[in-house]
Amino acid sequence: MSNQEKEPILSAKNLKLLTEPLGRNNPITVQVLGICSALAVTVKLKPALVMALSVMIVTGFSNLVIASLRKFIPDRIRIIVQLVVIATMVILVDQFLKAYVFDVSKQLSVFVGLIITNCIIMGRLEAFAMANKPWPSFLDGIGNGAGYGLILVIVSFFRELLGSGTIFGYPVLEKLGIYSTGYENNGMTILPPMALIIVGLIIWVHRSRDKNLVEK
Amino acid sequence: MENLLNIFIKSIFVENMVFAFFLGMCSFLAVSKSVKTAMGLGIAVIFVMVITVPVNFILEKYLLKKGALIWLGEGFADVDLSFLTFMIFIAFIAAMTQLVEMIIEKFSPALYNSLGIFLPLIAVNCAILGASLFMQEREYENVLEATVFGLGSGIGWLLAIVGIAAIREKLKYSNVPDPLKGLGITFILTGLMAIAFMGFMGISL
Repeated sequence: MSNQEKEPILSAKNLKLLTEPLGRNNPITVQVLGICSALAVTVKLKPALVMALSVMIVTGFSNLVIASLRKFIPDRIRIIVQLVVIATMVILVDQFLKAYVFDVSKQLSVFVGLIITNCIIMGRLEAFAMANKPWPSFLDGIGNGAGYGLILVIVSFFRELLGSGTIFGYPVLEKLGIYSTGYENNGMTILPPMALIIVGLIIWVHRSRDKNLVEK
Repeated sequence: MENLLNIFIKSIFVENMVFAFFLGMCSFLAVSKSVKTAMGLGIAVIFVMVITVPVNFILEKYLLKKGALIWLGEGFADVDLSFLTFMIFIAFIAAMTQLVEMIIEKFSPALYNSLGIFLPLIAVNCAILGASLFMQEREYENVLEATVFGLGSGIGWLLAIVGIAAIREKLKYSNVPDPLKGLGITFILTGLMAIAFMGFMGISL
Protein backbone atom coordinates (compact mmCIF):
# COMPACT_ATOMS: atom_id res chain seq x y z
CA MET A 1 0.00 0.00 0.00
CA SER A 2 1.14 3.51 -0.74
CA ASN A 3 0.33 4.50 2.84
CA GLN A 4 3.29 2.61 4.18
CA GLU A 5 5.72 4.33 1.82
CA LYS A 6 5.00 7.83 3.06
CA GLU A 7 6.32 7.28 6.55
CA PRO A 8 6.13 10.84 7.92
CA ILE A 9 2.41 11.10 7.24
CA LEU A 10 1.79 7.79 8.89
CA SER A 11 2.66 8.66 12.47
CA ALA A 12 2.17 6.15 15.26
CA LYS A 13 -1.20 7.67 16.09
CA ASN A 14 -2.42 7.36 12.53
CA LEU A 15 -1.17 3.82 12.28
CA LYS A 16 -3.24 2.99 15.32
CA LEU A 17 -6.34 4.29 13.52
CA LEU A 18 -5.59 1.82 10.79
CA THR A 19 -4.90 -1.24 12.93
CA GLU A 20 -7.24 -0.87 15.94
CA PRO A 21 -10.38 -1.76 13.98
CA LEU A 22 -8.75 -5.02 12.92
CA GLY A 23 -8.75 -6.34 16.44
CA ARG A 24 -9.58 -4.53 19.66
CA ASN A 25 -12.09 -2.17 18.10
CA ASN A 26 -13.48 -4.32 15.33
CA PRO A 27 -16.61 -2.78 13.80
CA ILE A 28 -18.51 -6.06 13.68
CA THR A 29 -17.54 -8.00 16.78
CA VAL A 30 -17.01 -5.05 19.14
CA GLN A 31 -18.87 -2.01 17.87
CA VAL A 32 -21.74 -4.16 16.52
CA LEU A 33 -22.06 -2.17 13.31
CA GLY A 34 -22.74 -3.24 9.76
CA ILE A 35 -23.85 -6.76 10.46
CA CYS A 36 -26.72 -6.59 8.02
CA SER A 37 -24.74 -7.04 4.86
CA ALA A 38 -21.88 -8.90 6.50
CA LEU A 39 -23.77 -12.15 6.71
CA ALA A 40 -25.69 -12.43 3.49
CA VAL A 41 -22.71 -12.18 1.14
CA THR A 42 -20.50 -14.71 2.90
CA VAL A 43 -21.59 -17.94 1.22
CA LYS A 44 -18.57 -17.82 -1.11
CA LEU A 45 -15.20 -16.13 -0.73
CA LYS A 46 -15.23 -14.18 -3.98
CA PRO A 47 -18.37 -12.08 -3.44
CA ALA A 48 -17.29 -11.59 0.18
CA LEU A 49 -13.95 -10.20 -0.94
CA VAL A 50 -15.54 -7.90 -3.51
CA MET A 51 -17.99 -6.70 -0.89
CA ALA A 52 -15.18 -6.08 1.60
CA LEU A 53 -13.23 -3.99 -0.92
CA SER A 54 -16.33 -2.02 -1.91
CA VAL A 55 -17.11 -1.19 1.69
CA MET A 56 -13.52 -0.23 2.36
CA ILE A 57 -13.53 2.19 -0.56
CA VAL A 58 -16.88 3.69 0.41
CA THR A 59 -15.97 4.14 4.09
CA GLY A 60 -12.58 5.59 3.24
CA PHE A 61 -13.73 8.13 0.70
CA SER A 62 -16.97 9.18 2.36
CA ASN A 63 -15.00 9.76 5.56
CA LEU A 64 -12.55 11.85 3.55
CA VAL A 65 -15.28 13.93 1.91
CA ILE A 66 -17.28 14.50 5.08
CA ALA A 67 -14.15 15.38 7.06
CA SER A 68 -13.21 17.96 4.43
CA LEU A 69 -16.69 19.45 4.49
CA ARG A 70 -17.29 19.14 8.23
CA LYS A 71 -17.08 22.87 8.94
CA PHE A 72 -19.68 23.73 6.29
CA ILE A 73 -22.33 21.15 7.12
CA PRO A 74 -25.18 22.58 9.20
CA ASP A 75 -25.81 20.35 12.20
CA ARG A 76 -29.53 19.88 11.67
CA ILE A 77 -29.36 18.45 8.17
CA ARG A 78 -26.13 16.50 8.55
CA ILE A 79 -27.77 13.08 8.19
CA ILE A 80 -29.18 13.94 4.78
CA VAL A 81 -25.83 15.39 3.68
CA GLN A 82 -24.01 12.27 4.86
CA LEU A 83 -26.49 10.01 3.11
CA VAL A 84 -26.09 11.90 -0.14
CA VAL A 85 -22.31 11.60 0.00
CA ILE A 86 -22.51 7.89 0.84
CA ALA A 87 -25.13 7.26 -1.85
CA THR A 88 -22.91 8.94 -4.44
CA MET A 89 -19.97 6.74 -3.51
CA VAL A 90 -22.13 3.62 -3.59
CA ILE A 91 -23.56 4.50 -7.00
CA LEU A 92 -19.99 4.84 -8.31
CA VAL A 93 -18.99 1.47 -6.84
CA ASP A 94 -22.18 -0.17 -8.12
CA GLN A 95 -21.70 1.08 -11.67
CA PHE A 96 -18.06 0.03 -11.56
CA LEU A 97 -18.95 -3.50 -10.43
CA LYS A 98 -21.66 -3.77 -13.08
CA ALA A 99 -19.16 -2.78 -15.74
CA TYR A 100 -16.20 -4.96 -14.76
CA VAL A 101 -17.38 -7.92 -12.66
CA PHE A 102 -20.97 -8.38 -13.72
CA ASP A 103 -21.41 -11.92 -12.39
CA VAL A 104 -20.29 -10.94 -8.89
CA SER A 105 -22.49 -7.87 -9.05
CA LYS A 106 -25.46 -10.15 -9.82
CA GLN A 107 -24.60 -12.40 -6.88
CA LEU A 108 -24.42 -9.49 -4.49
CA SER A 109 -27.83 -8.31 -5.80
CA VAL A 110 -29.34 -5.72 -3.48
CA PHE A 111 -26.47 -5.84 -1.03
CA VAL A 112 -24.33 -3.37 -2.97
CA GLY A 113 -27.14 -0.85 -2.63
CA LEU A 114 -27.41 -1.72 1.02
CA ILE A 115 -23.87 -0.45 1.63
CA ILE A 116 -25.63 2.92 1.89
CA THR A 117 -27.38 1.82 5.02
CA ASN A 118 -24.38 -0.02 6.37
CA CYS A 119 -24.17 1.31 9.89
CA ILE A 120 -20.36 1.22 9.87
CA ILE A 121 -20.25 4.09 7.43
CA MET A 122 -22.80 6.27 9.20
CA GLY A 123 -21.29 5.33 12.53
CA ARG A 124 -17.76 6.34 11.51
CA LEU A 125 -18.98 9.55 9.89
CA GLU A 126 -20.83 10.54 13.04
CA ALA A 127 -18.23 9.37 15.51
CA PHE A 128 -15.02 10.29 13.71
CA ALA A 129 -15.18 12.22 10.46
CA MET A 130 -17.37 15.02 11.84
CA ALA A 131 -14.68 15.87 14.41
CA ASN A 132 -11.36 15.10 12.75
CA LYS A 133 -9.10 16.22 9.91
CA PRO A 134 -9.44 14.61 6.47
CA TRP A 135 -6.30 12.45 6.51
CA PRO A 136 -6.87 10.68 9.87
CA SER A 137 -10.54 10.28 8.90
CA PHE A 138 -9.55 8.62 5.65
CA LEU A 139 -7.31 6.19 7.53
CA ASP A 140 -10.05 5.55 10.07
CA GLY A 141 -12.44 4.74 7.24
CA ILE A 142 -10.02 2.39 5.53
CA GLY A 143 -9.18 0.73 8.85
CA ASN A 144 -12.81 0.12 9.73
CA GLY A 145 -13.56 -1.11 6.23
CA ALA A 146 -10.66 -3.53 6.58
CA GLY A 147 -11.83 -4.71 9.99
CA TYR A 148 -15.23 -5.39 8.48
CA GLY A 149 -13.63 -7.16 5.53
CA LEU A 150 -11.51 -9.33 7.82
CA ILE A 151 -14.59 -10.80 9.52
CA LEU A 152 -16.30 -11.22 6.15
CA VAL A 153 -13.36 -13.18 4.78
CA ILE A 154 -13.06 -15.38 7.88
CA VAL A 155 -16.77 -16.21 7.87
CA SER A 156 -16.91 -16.89 4.15
CA PHE A 157 -13.75 -19.01 4.31
CA PHE A 158 -15.39 -21.42 6.73
CA ARG A 159 -18.74 -21.36 4.99
CA GLU A 160 -17.28 -22.06 1.57
CA LEU A 161 -14.83 -24.69 2.82
CA LEU A 162 -17.34 -26.62 4.92
CA GLY A 163 -20.36 -25.98 2.74
CA SER A 164 -19.08 -26.55 -0.77
CA GLY A 165 -15.62 -27.95 -0.11
CA THR A 166 -13.92 -25.25 -2.17
CA ILE A 167 -11.77 -22.15 -1.69
CA PHE A 168 -12.25 -19.45 -4.31
CA GLY A 169 -14.03 -22.11 -6.37
CA TYR A 170 -11.01 -24.45 -6.24
CA PRO A 171 -12.07 -27.91 -5.01
CA VAL A 172 -9.61 -28.26 -2.13
CA LEU A 173 -11.28 -31.09 -0.27
CA GLU A 174 -11.67 -33.15 -3.42
CA LYS A 175 -7.97 -32.76 -4.31
CA LEU A 176 -6.96 -33.74 -0.80
CA GLY A 177 -9.06 -36.87 -1.10
CA ILE A 178 -11.16 -36.10 1.96
CA TYR A 179 -14.34 -37.36 0.34
CA SER A 180 -13.01 -40.88 -0.07
CA THR A 181 -12.78 -41.15 3.71
CA GLY A 182 -16.55 -40.71 3.90
CA TYR A 183 -16.75 -36.96 4.54
CA GLU A 184 -19.73 -35.10 3.07
CA ASN A 185 -20.23 -31.40 2.50
CA ASN A 186 -22.18 -29.79 5.30
CA GLY A 187 -25.05 -28.14 3.43
CA MET A 188 -26.13 -26.38 6.60
CA THR A 189 -23.26 -23.89 6.46
CA ILE A 190 -24.49 -22.49 3.16
CA LEU A 191 -27.84 -21.63 4.70
CA PRO A 192 -28.34 -18.26 6.40
CA PRO A 193 -28.55 -19.41 10.06
CA MET A 194 -24.98 -20.74 10.10
CA ALA A 195 -23.58 -17.33 9.23
CA LEU A 196 -25.03 -15.98 12.46
CA ILE A 197 -23.73 -18.89 14.47
CA ILE A 198 -20.23 -18.59 12.97
CA VAL A 199 -20.10 -14.89 13.83
CA GLY A 200 -21.25 -15.80 17.33
CA LEU A 201 -18.38 -18.26 17.62
CA ILE A 202 -15.87 -15.71 16.29
CA ILE A 203 -17.04 -13.30 18.98
CA TRP A 204 -16.63 -16.02 21.56
CA VAL A 205 -13.04 -16.73 20.49
CA HIS A 206 -12.22 -13.02 20.22
CA ARG A 207 -13.55 -12.26 23.69
CA SER A 208 -11.94 -15.22 25.38
CA ARG A 209 -8.60 -13.95 24.09
CA ASP A 210 -9.22 -10.35 25.10
CA LYS A 211 -10.89 -10.31 28.51
CA ASN A 212 -11.41 -6.52 28.42
CA LEU A 213 -14.16 -6.96 25.87
CA VAL A 214 -16.32 -9.24 28.00
CA GLU A 215 -19.73 -7.73 28.70
CA LYS A 216 -20.83 -7.53 32.32
CA MET B 1 -56.49 -11.93 -3.76
CA GLU B 2 -54.74 -15.25 -3.37
CA ASN B 3 -51.66 -13.72 -4.88
CA LEU B 4 -51.67 -10.93 -2.31
CA LEU B 5 -52.11 -13.37 0.56
CA ASN B 6 -49.23 -15.37 -0.81
CA ILE B 7 -46.94 -12.33 -0.89
CA PHE B 8 -48.05 -11.44 2.63
CA ILE B 9 -47.35 -14.86 4.16
CA LYS B 10 -44.13 -15.21 2.24
CA SER B 11 -42.74 -11.86 3.32
CA ILE B 12 -43.51 -12.54 6.98
CA PHE B 13 -42.30 -16.11 7.36
CA VAL B 14 -40.42 -17.50 4.39
CA GLU B 15 -38.48 -14.43 3.36
CA ASN B 16 -38.25 -12.89 6.79
CA MET B 17 -36.07 -9.78 6.65
CA VAL B 18 -34.01 -10.74 9.68
CA PHE B 19 -33.72 -14.49 9.42
CA ALA B 20 -33.41 -14.98 5.69
CA PHE B 21 -31.59 -11.81 4.64
CA PHE B 22 -30.08 -10.44 7.88
CA LEU B 23 -31.51 -7.03 7.21
CA GLY B 24 -31.91 -4.56 10.05
CA MET B 25 -29.50 -6.48 12.25
CA CYS B 26 -27.88 -3.43 13.82
CA SER B 27 -30.98 -2.16 15.54
CA PHE B 28 -32.19 -5.72 15.95
CA LEU B 29 -29.22 -6.49 18.18
CA ALA B 30 -29.04 -3.17 19.96
CA VAL B 31 -32.71 -2.52 20.82
CA SER B 32 -33.73 -6.06 21.71
CA LYS B 33 -33.00 -5.83 25.44
CA SER B 34 -36.62 -5.34 26.50
CA VAL B 35 -39.85 -6.41 24.86
CA LYS B 36 -41.51 -3.02 25.31
CA THR B 37 -38.87 -1.04 23.43
CA ALA B 38 -38.61 -3.73 20.80
CA MET B 39 -42.35 -3.51 20.23
CA GLY B 40 -42.17 0.29 19.82
CA LEU B 41 -39.36 0.13 17.31
CA GLY B 42 -41.08 -2.70 15.46
CA ILE B 43 -44.24 -0.66 15.04
CA ALA B 44 -42.25 2.35 13.86
CA VAL B 45 -40.53 0.15 11.29
CA ILE B 46 -43.85 -1.26 10.04
CA PHE B 47 -45.20 2.26 9.71
CA VAL B 48 -42.21 3.54 7.74
CA MET B 49 -42.15 0.44 5.53
CA VAL B 50 -45.83 0.52 4.64
CA ILE B 51 -45.38 4.07 3.41
CA THR B 52 -41.97 3.91 1.78
CA VAL B 53 -42.33 0.71 -0.25
CA PRO B 54 -45.42 1.74 -2.29
CA VAL B 55 -44.20 5.32 -2.72
CA ASN B 56 -40.83 4.08 -3.91
CA PHE B 57 -42.72 1.74 -6.23
CA ILE B 58 -44.49 4.72 -7.77
CA LEU B 59 -41.25 6.69 -7.99
CA GLU B 60 -39.61 3.74 -9.68
CA LYS B 61 -42.45 3.31 -12.16
CA TYR B 62 -42.99 6.92 -13.16
CA LEU B 63 -39.56 8.45 -12.66
CA LEU B 64 -36.64 6.06 -12.62
CA LYS B 65 -37.24 3.14 -14.97
CA LYS B 66 -36.12 3.27 -18.56
CA GLY B 67 -38.92 4.92 -20.50
CA ALA B 68 -40.74 5.81 -17.28
CA LEU B 69 -40.81 9.49 -18.11
CA ILE B 70 -42.90 8.94 -21.23
CA TRP B 71 -45.84 10.69 -19.57
CA LEU B 72 -43.89 13.92 -19.99
CA GLY B 73 -43.93 13.53 -23.77
CA GLU B 74 -42.42 11.47 -26.57
CA GLY B 75 -39.04 13.11 -26.24
CA PHE B 76 -38.49 11.51 -22.84
CA ALA B 77 -39.05 7.91 -23.99
CA ASP B 78 -35.34 7.09 -23.95
CA VAL B 79 -34.44 8.67 -20.63
CA ASP B 80 -33.09 6.12 -18.15
CA LEU B 81 -32.63 7.41 -14.62
CA SER B 82 -32.24 4.02 -12.96
CA PHE B 83 -28.74 4.86 -11.77
CA LEU B 84 -30.35 7.38 -9.42
CA THR B 85 -32.41 4.68 -7.69
CA PHE B 86 -30.38 4.53 -4.48
CA MET B 87 -30.29 8.28 -4.11
CA ILE B 88 -34.04 8.79 -4.59
CA PHE B 89 -35.03 5.85 -2.40
CA ILE B 90 -32.81 6.80 0.48
CA ALA B 91 -33.80 10.47 0.30
CA PHE B 92 -37.47 9.57 0.58
CA ILE B 93 -36.82 7.13 3.42
CA ALA B 94 -34.81 9.71 5.34
CA ALA B 95 -37.59 12.27 4.96
CA MET B 96 -40.19 9.72 6.13
CA THR B 97 -38.13 8.80 9.18
CA GLN B 98 -37.88 12.42 10.18
CA LEU B 99 -41.68 12.59 10.06
CA VAL B 100 -42.15 9.46 12.17
CA GLU B 101 -39.66 10.81 14.66
CA MET B 102 -41.65 14.02 15.05
CA ILE B 103 -44.92 12.10 15.42
CA ILE B 104 -43.56 9.79 18.12
CA GLU B 105 -41.95 12.68 19.97
CA LYS B 106 -45.31 14.46 20.09
CA PHE B 107 -47.57 11.56 21.01
CA SER B 108 -45.37 9.26 23.06
CA PRO B 109 -42.39 11.02 24.67
CA ALA B 110 -41.67 7.96 26.85
CA LEU B 111 -41.22 5.74 23.81
CA TYR B 112 -39.23 8.51 22.15
CA ASN B 113 -36.75 8.56 25.02
CA SER B 114 -36.37 4.81 25.21
CA LEU B 115 -35.74 4.45 21.48
CA GLY B 116 -33.08 7.15 21.71
CA ILE B 117 -30.55 7.20 18.89
CA PHE B 118 -32.23 4.29 17.12
CA LEU B 119 -35.15 6.33 15.94
CA PRO B 120 -33.16 8.50 13.51
CA LEU B 121 -31.24 5.36 12.68
CA ILE B 122 -34.38 3.84 11.15
CA ALA B 123 -33.29 5.89 8.14
CA VAL B 124 -30.23 3.70 7.89
CA ASN B 125 -32.05 0.55 8.93
CA CYS B 126 -31.11 -1.81 6.14
CA ALA B 127 -34.45 -3.57 6.36
CA ILE B 128 -36.24 -0.50 5.07
CA LEU B 129 -34.00 0.28 2.12
CA GLY B 130 -33.76 -3.48 1.60
CA ALA B 131 -37.53 -3.78 1.29
CA SER B 132 -37.56 -1.08 -1.37
CA LEU B 133 -34.70 -2.68 -3.28
CA PHE B 134 -36.28 -6.14 -3.11
CA MET B 135 -39.52 -4.59 -4.31
CA GLN B 136 -37.58 -3.28 -7.30
CA GLU B 137 -35.70 -6.51 -7.94
CA ARG B 138 -38.77 -8.76 -7.76
CA GLU B 139 -40.77 -6.53 -10.07
CA TYR B 140 -44.12 -6.49 -8.30
CA GLU B 141 -46.92 -5.63 -10.64
CA ASN B 142 -48.93 -2.94 -8.90
CA VAL B 143 -48.99 -0.63 -5.91
CA LEU B 144 -51.23 -2.99 -3.93
CA GLU B 145 -48.72 -5.82 -4.16
CA ALA B 146 -45.93 -3.49 -3.12
CA THR B 147 -47.94 -2.27 -0.12
CA VAL B 148 -48.73 -5.80 1.01
CA PHE B 149 -45.07 -6.71 0.66
CA GLY B 150 -44.06 -3.69 2.76
CA LEU B 151 -46.59 -4.55 5.45
CA GLY B 152 -45.56 -8.20 5.53
CA SER B 153 -41.85 -7.43 5.76
CA GLY B 154 -42.50 -4.96 8.57
CA ILE B 155 -44.56 -7.47 10.53
CA GLY B 156 -41.90 -10.11 9.98
CA TRP B 157 -39.30 -7.76 11.40
CA LEU B 158 -41.48 -6.93 14.41
CA LEU B 159 -42.02 -10.63 15.05
CA ALA B 160 -38.29 -11.28 14.98
CA ILE B 161 -37.27 -8.44 17.28
CA VAL B 162 -40.03 -9.09 19.83
CA GLY B 163 -39.13 -12.79 19.85
CA ILE B 164 -35.45 -12.20 20.49
CA ALA B 165 -36.21 -9.52 23.10
CA ALA B 166 -38.42 -11.96 25.00
CA ILE B 167 -35.68 -14.58 24.97
CA ARG B 168 -33.05 -12.07 26.09
CA GLU B 169 -35.19 -10.99 29.02
CA LYS B 170 -35.27 -14.60 30.24
CA LEU B 171 -31.60 -15.04 29.45
CA LYS B 172 -30.62 -12.63 32.25
CA TYR B 173 -31.20 -15.45 34.72
CA SER B 174 -29.17 -18.08 32.94
CA ASN B 175 -25.53 -18.92 33.29
CA VAL B 176 -23.79 -18.08 30.01
CA PRO B 177 -19.99 -18.43 29.66
CA ASP B 178 -18.43 -15.01 30.23
CA PRO B 179 -16.94 -14.32 26.78
CA LEU B 180 -20.21 -15.32 25.17
CA LYS B 181 -22.35 -12.97 27.27
CA GLY B 182 -24.33 -10.28 25.51
CA LEU B 183 -23.51 -10.10 21.84
CA GLY B 184 -22.15 -13.60 21.26
CA ILE B 185 -25.08 -15.52 22.68
CA THR B 186 -27.52 -13.21 20.92
CA PHE B 187 -25.94 -14.09 17.60
CA ILE B 188 -26.19 -17.79 18.28
CA LEU B 189 -29.79 -17.43 19.46
CA THR B 190 -30.67 -15.55 16.31
CA GLY B 191 -29.08 -18.36 14.32
CA LEU B 192 -31.19 -20.93 16.14
CA MET B 193 -34.33 -18.88 15.58
CA ALA B 194 -33.43 -18.64 11.91
CA ILE B 195 -33.17 -22.42 11.76
CA ALA B 196 -36.65 -22.62 13.25
CA PHE B 197 -37.94 -20.17 10.65
CA MET B 198 -36.48 -22.31 7.90
CA GLY B 199 -39.28 -24.71 8.69
CA PHE B 200 -41.57 -22.32 6.81
CA MET B 201 -39.52 -22.69 3.65
CA GLY B 202 -41.47 -23.70 0.60
CA ILE B 203 -44.85 -22.62 1.94
CA SER B 204 -46.98 -21.06 -0.74
CA LEU B 205 -50.70 -20.80 -1.25
